[in-house]
Amino acid sequence: MKHKIIGKGERRVDALGKVTGTAKYAEDFNVMHQLYGKVLRAKHPHAKILKIDTSKAQKLDGVEAILTANDIPGDKVFGVVVRNQAILAHDKVRYLGDGVALVAAKTKEIAEQAASLIEVEYEPLPVISDPEEAFKPESIKIHGDDNQFVHHHVTKGDIEKGFTEADFIIEKKFKTQFIEHSAIEPEAVLAEPAEHGGVIVTGSVQNLFSSRRSVAAALKLDLNKVQIIQSTLGGSFGGKDEVMTAMCCRAALLCMKTGKPVKMVNTREESMLESYKRHPYVLYYKWGCKKNGSIAAMEIKCIADGGAYASMSPFVTWRSVVQATGPYYCENVKTDVYAVYTNNNYTGAMRGFGSPQVNFAIESMMDELAEKVGKDPFEIRLQNGFETGAVTATGQKLDHRVSLKEVLTKSAEAADFLNKWNQYRTPSTSPKRKGIGLACSYRGVSLGAEGTDAAGTIVSVQTDGSVIVSSGITDMGQGAQTQMSQIAAEVLGISMDRIQFLNTNTSRVPDSGPTVASRGTIMGGTAAKKGAEIVRAFLMKTASEMTGLDVMSLDFKDNYLIDANNGERLASFNEIAAECFNKGRPMYGFGWYKSPQTSWDEHHGHGEAYFTFVYGVNIAEVEVDTETGKVDVLNFVSCHDVGKAINRNSVLGQFYGGVAMGLGYGLMEEFDFEDSIPKQLNFDEYLIPTSMDVPNIIPIIVENEDAAGPFGAKSIGEPSNELAAPAIINAIYNATGKRIYEIPATLERVLLGHKLTRKGERGSAKKEEVLADSCKIRPEGR
Amino acid sequence: MKKVKINTVINNRTYEFSVAPNQTLLRFLREELGLTGTKCGCEIGECGACTVLLDGEAVNSCLVLVPQIDGKEVLTVEGLAKDSKLHPLQESFMDHDAVHCGFCTPGMLMSAKALLDKNPDPDEKEIRTAISGNLCRCTGYVQIVEAINDASEKIKE
Ligand code: FES
Ligand code: FES
Repeated sequence: MKHKIIGKGERRVDALGKVTGTAKYAEDFNVMHQLYGKVLRAKHPHAKILKIDTSKAQKLDGVEAILTANDIPGDKVFGVVVRNQAILAHDKVRYLGDGVALVAAKTKEIAEQAASLIEVEYEPLPVISDPEEAFKPESIKIHGDDNQFVHHHVTKGDIEKGFTEADFIIEKKFKTQFIEHSAIEPEAVLAEPAEHGGVIVTGSVQNLFSSRRSVAAALKLDLNKVQIIQSTLGGSFGGKDEVMTAMCCRAALLCMKTGKPVKMVNTREESMLESYKRHPYVLYYKWGCKKNGSIAAMEIKCIADGGAYASMSPFVTWRSVVQATGPYYCENVKTDVYAVYTNNNYTGAMRGFGSPQVNFAIESMMDELAEKVGKDPFEIRLQNGFETGAVTATGQKLDHRVSLKEVLTKSAEAADFLNKWNQYRTPSTSPKRKGIGLACSYRGVSLGAEGTDAAGTIVSVQTDGSVIVSSGITDMGQGAQTQMSQIAAEVLGISMDRIQFLNTNTSRVPDSGPTVASRGTIMGGTAAKKGAEIVRAFLMKTASEMTGLDVMSLDFKDNYLIDANNGERLASFNEIAAECFNKGRPMYGFGWYKSPQTSWDEHHGHGEAYFTFVYGVNIAEVEVDTETGKVDVLNFVSCHDVGKAINRNSVLGQFYGGVAMGLGYGLMEEFDFEDSIPKQLNFDEYLIPTSMDVPNIIPIIVENEDAAGPFGAKSIGEPSNELAAPAIINAIYNATGKRIYEIPATLERVLLGHKLTRKGERGSAKKEEVLADSCKIRPEGR
Repeated sequence: MKKVKINTVINNRTYEFSVAPNQTLLRFLREELGLTGTKCGCEIGECGACTVLLDGEAVNSCLVLVPQIDGKEVLTVEGLAKDSKLHPLQESFMDHDAVHCGFCTPGMLMSAKALLDKNPDPDEKEIRTAISGNLCRCTGYVQIVEAINDASEKIKE
């Protein structure tokens, strides 16, 4: 089918405001007489709170309110899965980012000063910063009586039998790190008293409906008295969920207490200190393999550091357990994924959501297997990779088009993979060595069996033919608004400039669940299509009456009603809209989409986990300086089956942005702690890729339209980000013959095989557990 | 704190005012003048979201104190379009989808303008260097580099 707007690289609907400076981000909202809110945070990563004395702070001129947990009228804790996250710590603090008290004052300076005058007496408790420590029975408990709070498992076949059948075993341990989302916009809100009671919060909120639930529960208000309005979001990547819920609750509490508007903005330091991170994993992979390169058994155990609160850990680790074997055939599988509490920053949703960690391990293992049986990385994946009709580790039959081999072949050709791989393997004496590496993945689309999956979009035609679209799905910069607008424009046969998209407001659109899991286009987009089709039907009926022609022989195209048979323009879209209104017909379409059924049997670790999957490949070409350990990424190929690219440019943007973030994950980024105290709180020490670090990227868009999505579209936001690290690590192996088992592959890890960490006194370097082989110790060749 | 007198031109408009000498240009633009197009991402000179032009040079406005603009000219993203005609950079950023969340965009545009004003025909390396102080977490920079390159072609025409 030929589309007018779908598949084109239309400008974003919100681009103009963003290039002229008129787009309003959370910090840009100000009102008269607003107060400034400030959080006093914990002094220890783990301590009992004995006493909080606010008397000195209260006396400060300009202070309007000081609140502690005791002042919260309703629920003092929140949490989407486990309700144990403190809005303000009451009994004890569990990590350094915990809030202990709140101040509202006339100026930021006064608020800060007041916070510093609050005296808190603590009784420090032992700190647990290592997730494997947290497991031990004798370790101190952070919540309740067990630090382990998640255990998901998947079993298939007979693991014992599988290992007996195997010719050899590969058994490895991998480690991944904490990652900061690093949206360039820090968190901010403005809370205002509502006219008829309740509160209106405008801010950089990703998942407005879950934040609203928590604010209402904390303030003991009905949901209809809490309005959360999304400001233009300066990036999120999963990172503006719970941290924003806490901020919304705090600002709303101060606002209700003072009866005045309250503004709260995190500095970058506060943001890094308080916000949740991507989970670090310890991964134990044991594969029983055959000489022909097939895999007879996989035994996998992962431990995720959940940090101080449960947050999204149960869901993140569930995706890991479902996808832990990769898109590869194996009859005998046993996977266990655990999450434990520690006193580190809590960990939650971040682009990838449990896949970057397991993909690093799977794709490293795959290359080891290839090496062992004398095959190349391409061949081994072709041999073991899923095809249409394959049955996954969870027992799900993949009956959509499984395009793994297509994406593999296309990207290998584009990168000239085999030639280069063979060439770079040849021993060389040059200190600078090139290498090329490959990684592939499959990924379940949307929430899957983790939760109710439905979303709504409203398409409202105005009497002059212009259109307003709004949705419960939020735009964080990924382009959801543009995709939904394009879909509505396509259905209505109008141009994009006729559409205005509204930022999400919880009181004006139905709860559509969180905008996570790359579900924006498939869920919000399908709802937009349905909404537009509803309005279209009313307009068409009107058009048919006006022209006397049958609906079937009419169409809307380029803002006109046309005779579908000869393309003749019969009336403008605007005239039809006006007439539709005159006829008293509704010009409002509410589209609701509930995803196809999924299922999960937690007991057996089985089920139809996701209603469809996407497939992707990344290939990285690197140059390793074996004298310094520095790795430069020279070239990159990113190839994904997106179903259908609704907006070509936005899809490419996701490809590029995902690779850049994945490169940071593989090579440079690490949010590091010492005894649960973060070692970096701003971009001077937490380094993310700059324009100088990101190579040229060759994008390959593969489109196998999927019945489950609008116009065949699936998803791309997260798939684009989950593969770069293992591709780079495999490339380093190709270059040096040494494998990195712990990311990021920093200079020290590449050169020495471990990271240098300082403990206690300056200068006393402690060696971390050696997981990587250094490239220095390697004799010539391999 | 004693206020100091300042004469300056901001977005082609002359101003004379008294300010506290310890205020940063970033805060002054956003909070006193309501020019909120200039963004704050780190306040330590690392992210570039606050980039403005000071006498044609790209500077991090979070590191500039207001007295330093005395007698100088400041240009922010709000001053980029002339007589409601967009600057070619603004057009090409939209065409190339170089704007995702848009938070880095004002700073990127200003760094790019400083580059093109001095070097109308930059190669890719020069473009990448010019924006190396501007962090973008969304785009991977590819489309931004393309957009700047495209704008330079358009300006030459
Ligand atoms: S806010 Fe000025 S450089 Fe980041
Ligand atoms: S577009 Fe989001 S940070 Fe650059």
